[in-house]
Amino acid sequence: MRHDHVISAKQLTRGDIESVLDRASDIAADPGTYAGRHQGTLLGLLFFEPSTRTKMSFSAAIKRLGGDVVDMGPVDASSVKKGESLADTVRVIEGYADALVLRHPSEGSAKMAAEYVDVPLINAGDGAGQHPTQTLLDLYTIRENAGLDGLRIGIMGDLKYGRTVHSLAHALTNFETTQHFVSPETLALPRNVRYDLHEEGASVKEHTDLEHILPDLDVLYVTRIQRERFPDESEYRAVAGQYQIDAETLEAAADDLVVMHPLPRVDEIASDVDETEHARYFEQAHNGVPVRMALLDHLLEGDR
Amino acid sequence: MTADRELRVSKISSGTVIDHITSGQALNVLAILGIDGTDGEVVSIGMNVPSDRLGTKDIVKVEGRELSQSELDVLSLIAPVATINIIRDYDVVEKHRVDRPTEVTGVLQCPNHNCITTEDEPVDSHFEVLDDGVRCVYCDTIIREDLAAHILV
Repeated sequence: MRHDHVISAKQLTRGDIESVLDRASDIAADPGTYAGRHQGTLLGLLFFEPSTRTKMSFSAAIKRLGGDVVDMGPVDASSVKKGESLADTVRVIEGYADALVLRHPSEGSAKMAAEYVDVPLINAGDGAGQHPTQTLLDLYTIRENAGLDGLRIGIMGDLKYGRTVHSLAHALTNFETTQHFVSPETLALPRNVRYDLHEEGASVKEHTDLEHILPDLDVLYVTRIQRERFPDESEYRAVAGQYQIDAETLEAAADDLVVMHPLPRVDEIASDVDETEHARYFEQAHNGVPVRMALLDHLLEGDR
Repeated sequence: MTADRELRVSKISSGTVIDHITSGQALNVLAILGIDGTDGEVVSIGMNVPSDRLGTKDIVKVEGRELSQSELDVLSLIAPVATINIIRDYDVVEKHRVDRPTEVTGVLQCPNHNCITTEDEPVDSHFEVLDDGVRCVYCDTIIREDLAAHILV
């Protein structure tokens, strides 16, 4: 893999993905081999939006590689509060760190920021755009539990604004998969993602309900439908209620169906699913550390 | 050209004539080219002029300014069959068609209000040109309909 920046899942080839996943497997199998591999390396964290899993797993990843973080901290306590542009902020912080991780509420922010820095920049979520490192850990989890080629995956929930969905859909076009998208019509895939999937010749089907395709799926990837996407509470409740699953829903699924979710969940996966063999979302979140260690190890290879 | 038409849009001594513009797009052509008359150049506009080829067309004449091919190629997005005549001493010295560019920078506004190019950052709007529209290289938003409505003014 030879990329200076990781901005979008669209840039990742099958070879790139497999290279990171293979290294993540090595790390998971024997974490000690990689400890101290990036001693003294500093990772700059710029999170303009709240984050738990992404931020903490990047911190854990660089620390397990022997490095450390410099963290901009919350926006309210930074120069951003004084009106500093993103372009200026990243140019300053690249002087303090060997690589940057950026989460920002605007689509395209990571691409623009990368134009201003020389150190590797990783997009950790740009608005409703992309979240490529989430995709790498999603793919790792899928590969470990169901395999990638020949996969039949259902992706359900907010497909319009869900950045994890956009990145995952793009990356899956590198493999022989059938993607079933399940959502209310108002939250269906955006035009640009649809365009790319068509260009790639991906096998794609769209549905408004899960019921009739559930028995055919190997993986069900559930995402949260957010309250703010709807004009009023009652409409939200009516729509969101149709895209929730519980243990009873899953009785119609294959025994080895893998249920995933990028988290946080609210009520789209009932807690009774946690106790079933289907639930892999906590494992998925844990995989964030070895996968991000593998990605950082690739990007920082020249620095060792 | 008939005498009647010459009356509508008279000859210029030097500059650029953009002919065969899709009817109704002349003002958008000027907006794309950043010509608003404040620099003092003489600008003549003919709108809905009868045309054998197009039925009706618009024509724009800008005196004293020779527009470059790259400036003019952007016009292909809203006036795909426009022709360009460069005039010196009342003679047409160059004649071009507009070619569809592969990308356009700083011409169109991204309609996605959450795109980084709509914020107070040092970045120009930048679109890749597709067969049937344009696509923001920052946020991936695709515009297919009514490109003229997205021209930055």
